[in-house]
Amino acid sequence: MMRLPLFAFRAPETVAEAVRILDGEGPKAMPLAGGTDLLPNMKRRQQVPKTLMSLGHIQELHHVEWSDSGSRLGACLTLSQIAADPRFRNGMTALAQAASFVATPQIRNMATLGGNLCLDTRCNYYDQNYEWRKSIGFCLKKDGDICWVAPGSRKCLAVSSSDTAPALMALGARVRLVSRAGEREVPLTELYQNDGIHYSKRQPNELLTEVLLDSCDGWKSTYWKLRRRGSFDFPVLSVAAALLLSSKDIVREARIVVGSVACRPLLAAEAARSLVGGPLDEESIAKAATLAARMAKPLDNTDFDMTWRKRVTAEFVTYALRELRGDDMRPERLLLTRHSSSL
Amino acid sequence: MATLPLESQKTAQIRFTLNGEEVDVLFAPYKTLLEVLREDLLHTGTKHGCELGECGACAVLLDGKAVLSCLVLALECAGRRVLTIEGLSADGRLHPLQDAFADLGAAQCGYCTPGILVTAKALLDRNPHPDRDQIREALSGNLCRCTGYLQIFEAVEAAIVKTSEEEKETH
Amino acid sequence: MSEQNEKSSSPVAGSGSPGEGFRVIGVPRRRVDGRAKVTGQTRFADDICLPRMAHCKLLRSPHPHARIRRMDVSRALAHPGVYLVLTGKDLPVQYGILPVSQDEQALCLDHVRHVGDPVAAVVAREELTAFEALDLIDVDYEILPTICDPEEALATPEPRIHEYGEEGNIHKLVALEFGDVEQGFAEADEIFEDTFFYQGNTHLPIEQHASVAIKDPDGKLTIWSSTQTPHYLHRALAKVLAMPPAHIRVVATPNGGGFGGKSDPFHHEIVVAKAALLLDRPVKICLTREEVFYCHRGRHPVLMKFKTGVKKDGTITGLHLRTLIDGGAYGSYGVASTYYAGALQTTTYHIPRYRYEGCRTFTNKPPCGPKRGHGTPQPRFGQEVQLDKIAERLRIDPADLRLRIVETPNTVTANFLSLGTVNLGECIRRVVEASDWKTKFRKLPEGRGVGMACSAYLTGAGLPIYWNKMPHSGVQLKFDRGGGVSVFCGATEIGQGSDDVLAGIVAEVLGIDPFDVRLFTGDTDLGPVDLGSYSSRVTLMAGNAALQAAERGKALLAEAVALKFEVPKERLRFAGKRVFDSAAPDEGVSFAEAICLAEARFGTIGTVGSYTPPKSPALYKGGGVGPSPTYSYSAAVVEVEVNPLTGWVHVRKVWMAHDIGRALNPTLVRGQVEGSVYMGLGEALMEEQEFRRLPKRLSHALVHKFPSMLEYKSPTSLDMPEVLTELIEDPDPRGPFGAKEVGQGPLLPIMPAVANAVYDAVGVRIDEVPITPEKVMKALAEKRAGREPRFGPDHFPQVHWPEALRVPPPWEGGDGNAVNEVQREKPRAAKEKVLAP
Repeated sequence: MMRLPLFAFRAPETVAEAVRILDGEGPKAMPLAGGTDLLPNMKRRQQVPKTLMSLGHIQELHHVEWSDSGSRLGACLTLSQIAADPRFRNGMTALAQAASFVATPQIRNMATLGGNLCLDTRCNYYDQNYEWRKSIGFCLKKDGDICWVAPGSRKCLAVSSSDTAPALMALGARVRLVSRAGEREVPLTELYQNDGIHYSKRQPNELLTEVLLDSCDGWKSTYWKLRRRGSFDFPVLSVAAALLLSSKDIVREARIVVGSVACRPLLAAEAARSLVGGPLDEESIAKAATLAARMAKPLDNTDFDMTWRKRVTAEFVTYALRELRGDDMRPERLLLTRHSSSL
Repeated sequence: MATLPLESQKTAQIRFTLNGEEVDVLFAPYKTLLEVLREDLLHTGTKHGCELGECGACAVLLDGKAVLSCLVLALECAGRRVLTIEGLSADGRLHPLQDAFADLGAAQCGYCTPGILVTAKALLDRNPHPDRDQIREALSGNLCRCTGYLQIFEAVEAAIVKTSEEEKETH
Repeated sequence: MSEQNEKSSSPVAGSGSPGEGFRVIGVPRRRVDGRAKVTGQTRFADDICLPRMAHCKLLRSPHPHARIRRMDVSRALAHPGVYLVLTGKDLPVQYGILPVSQDEQALCLDHVRHVGDPVAAVVAREELTAFEALDLIDVDYEILPTICDPEEALATPEPRIHEYGEEGNIHKLVALEFGDVEQGFAEADEIFEDTFFYQGNTHLPIEQHASVAIKDPDGKLTIWSSTQTPHYLHRALAKVLAMPPAHIRVVATPNGGGFGGKSDPFHHEIVVAKAALLLDRPVKICLTREEVFYCHRGRHPVLMKFKTGVKKDGTITGLHLRTLIDGGAYGSYGVASTYYAGALQTTTYHIPRYRYEGCRTFTNKPPCGPKRGHGTPQPRFGQEVQLDKIAERLRIDPADLRLRIVETPNTVTANFLSLGTVNLGECIRRVVEASDWKTKFRKLPEGRGVGMACSAYLTGAGLPIYWNKMPHSGVQLKFDRGGGVSVFCGATEIGQGSDDVLAGIVAEVLGIDPFDVRLFTGDTDLGPVDLGSYSSRVTLMAGNAALQAAERGKALLAEAVALKFEVPKERLRFAGKRVFDSAAPDEGVSFAEAICLAEARFGTIGTVGSYTPPKSPALYKGGGVGPSPTYSYSAAVVEVEVNPLTGWVHVRKVWMAHDIGRALNPTLVRGQVEGSVYMGLGEALMEEQEFRRLPKRLSHALVHKFPSMLEYKSPTSLDMPEVLTELIEDPDPRGPFGAKEVGQGPLLPIMPAVANAVYDAVGVRIDEVPITPEKVMKALAEKRAGREPRFGPDHFPQVHWPEALRVPPPWEGGDGNAVNEVQREKPRAAKEKVLAP
């Protein structure tokens, strides 16, 4: 039986109390929400926090607020709650889809939105037991001094594997980070950075308390996820797209995000811009797909061959955009994701 | 309960409802619910295949929802309701799901079975008439290496039919 | 609900039972251990918890190949809570499943051969303590060069991974020739040469291996373990612990899945046994998932080359098969696997001349061994894909081609395998009809396709692991005055329903309910030997033993009841828990009364039954692998959809017809078929035991790429297609009630059927397993570029094969011996005649 290492346990009931604990304990304390990412990492000794601070008892992290101008989603909403809530449809479909494709039903009952946004980056050389990592002499991200994916690299190349992050980036979301010193709102596009170790600008003394979304009225969005099996697997390529179309089906605004091909989700701004002002025809879709796929530089540290992942990126962008145009993409969904419904 | 700053080396104690019965248990605080159920409460019906959330064998119902007991700290279970395979049958009668699984070949080696049964129960509790796709989806977090799943789907469907028939009779 | 998935042909009356209406046999019913499994009460090894129980963890080598210079365990021993530390010095005796490869040590003494090879064991009060103490053991390793695949093994004779074997790092070379194959090729109209690669994969039972050992109050040893082969574990323990076997009791707990992965005696079993004896307290070990990957014994990666000669009508004139097999770091069942890779080619289609050359090498990876289909899925893949190519070139429908060449029943093959019933033709006809093959093959729209493949498999290995003349399975029955019958048998329940087979057969013969039967199985103290749950042997062998024991008990009861009613005993019927006069059904007694009558007359009623397979006509060296009392047959059609833009393969539906002989419990039979299809689809599409070698200038480590449930891709409920199962029931007189095997055979045609379907869908050949989207994409790119539309290996390396043993096939007057067999090892030598050519 894989066992957790020893830890001290704190269970605050308010955000104020929680950030006091984080401030006092420093980086050796880690917030524990659903536990579906952190606890396996602890069992494999990838992360060994001295203190686990449970967020499960902080009521204010479980709220959802809806208004005409947008919504505020508590960080401890579970992915099941988001997937099942019919309010996360139409403009916000990408988020509901992303949440519903994470791992497995049981894990979605436990895992939280905030946890998925803070998901540790992943790598075939890192997501291994202590003994396995010892046998290769460890790596940059934990206990070692080399990146096995690219031994010349001085930077860790672990992969952003969050499903909800690309979806929420496509929806223009912001997150609220609270620390003892105060709080700040950060657009999701600015939360992540291109470093497998320091992949998030959230400081260890900051708590991600909520996700803020402007109204998605009039928008359409979708999320496509590539993985080997119909469940369990992390994405090894994902495409989130959101469009605001005019009454004559001219693209007024567009956002395309390519996930799981770098240390952070990649905002395909040029691809999105290429769509604006025109209709979604074969030509514009193909152009956007080519532009978006150009950004993807997958490495050999996830499932599937990296060159193949790179090659199918354009197909996935195409599927997403065609779906937003109104094409019936259910056969492709079923074929590639094993999920018959696309919400 | 909530603000208790536990020292890791010491023993923890919680009270929670296990299969409808209130239990007090003393355990090493690093333990997950899985370990406490199996090792401290000797409820070995809940199995484990990876302890990392990658197989679904350890599924139990926590406050009615299917979760993986290998990824729940036992410390987090104070005051909560846990249902394991041992609590699925009632009044000496097997749950219709159990009967159907036994009759229709849905349990071969029986190792993934407890996790699948409680997960299927949670499905039927919130959706008494799921279709095949919904059953597939609900059980997609439980790996089975023996059956190829088809007899499992059929058993869930048979249990649904049986439950509906029983309900008709009682009304 | 299930009518579309279960369509069984109406049972044909078996030989010896004309017109007999069975009450248990052939009736779909709840398995006898069903209730235990759905209530979580089945007690698996890790569920055992005993007072004062200590926990064991193994320290494993972080290096793929190294010498142990020095080991210091003092810090671990001093760690609070640690009771005991064991090293190789404590368990120096070598063991292994096969007598010819006793190459394992419970804890490596001075040489580690793969990452994960155990070097020390810590026993402590808590498992976490034992885990922590592992890090306190200091091991000084001298790193050795590593070998990562068979080609490298052929090219690198030094350093040797083992000091035994053929030479260098070649473990085993086999060369057999049945008839002059070159003559066969000379008679052919066309010659086909194809090279295939089959990647290794693993069993992945959901239950991780676990064992608990105790020193009994009387000083003997008892071990409960998740093993498929308690008898072989018993022998290994006696050898390594140097204890009389009579003082060792092995209890095989129900396995939470085995699939062949729990068939070897394992390090951890021996270690906890030793620790329990030393500490005089219960010691438990439960492996982590990563450790299960290191135990492995899974599918061998095999490179193979098929050269086949055919006439224009499809008749095969000769086959020459070469295999290069990646054995991993130990022997395990590997010598048998090497023979198996060449054994069963002749059982499906008539092959008049056949040459087989096989080479197994050692590599610095976890040892390969028997996985469902043991040694035969790899060549089956090559053979069935090549047949598809042959059919295309000859412009014959692949189903028709196979129908033309299926082997006939009750024949002896070129390599002297004695076949029983063969209903492969009927299997083919059924799946052709059910899948609407004729309107689909080469006629579906681009991107969709169907593929066909067939297979055969043993119903139990004809020879035991160690050579002896004793029965392969024994059953004792105890008749209780209360009307119950207890079955004692070494057979091991691994999920396949071995307990249910025994109960069903005994209940049918004695006219009682399976629920009236109590089972004591998998226990070396309580029951007579059964060799274990491997090679699909339990239904036929333990079943026949149970049948014999039950018939003998029935005879005693009948004699006593016949005396009471003064009727001829032949007129008595056993049914409905009664024994009665078939001429006057009201005249009779309850089954319990019948037992009392018999007991009054004969004393305590207990009977025994045993089963020994018929002697095989294959007398040549190596002829011990392949013989079986009878063979099962399967035919499959798979329909796929292939996305041409991504290469993604989606299986839409599978049709499977299986020649089962008789389905003892059709519910369980269908489960075995669907489970085989499932496992076959995993192998066909996504499962891989892959290794990584890090750059030489860095650590050069050779590690399992992803020893986890997450990254080893076992298909989920969402990945499983619809399966239509058809059972062909033509009772084989060699099986109990006519039953043949079903646990392994239906896996075999899946991988080639998928490959053939992919070809039908998009016109590319994937001559390699698994068939991943990357490979399909590459082959599609070749096709677009106008090159050969294929992905697969491009060469078969040079191997210095020994002179082949030449065995003339039966139709050339052969008697099963080799004509050039010079020296033979061990006892059979004296009996073998060397014939003049």
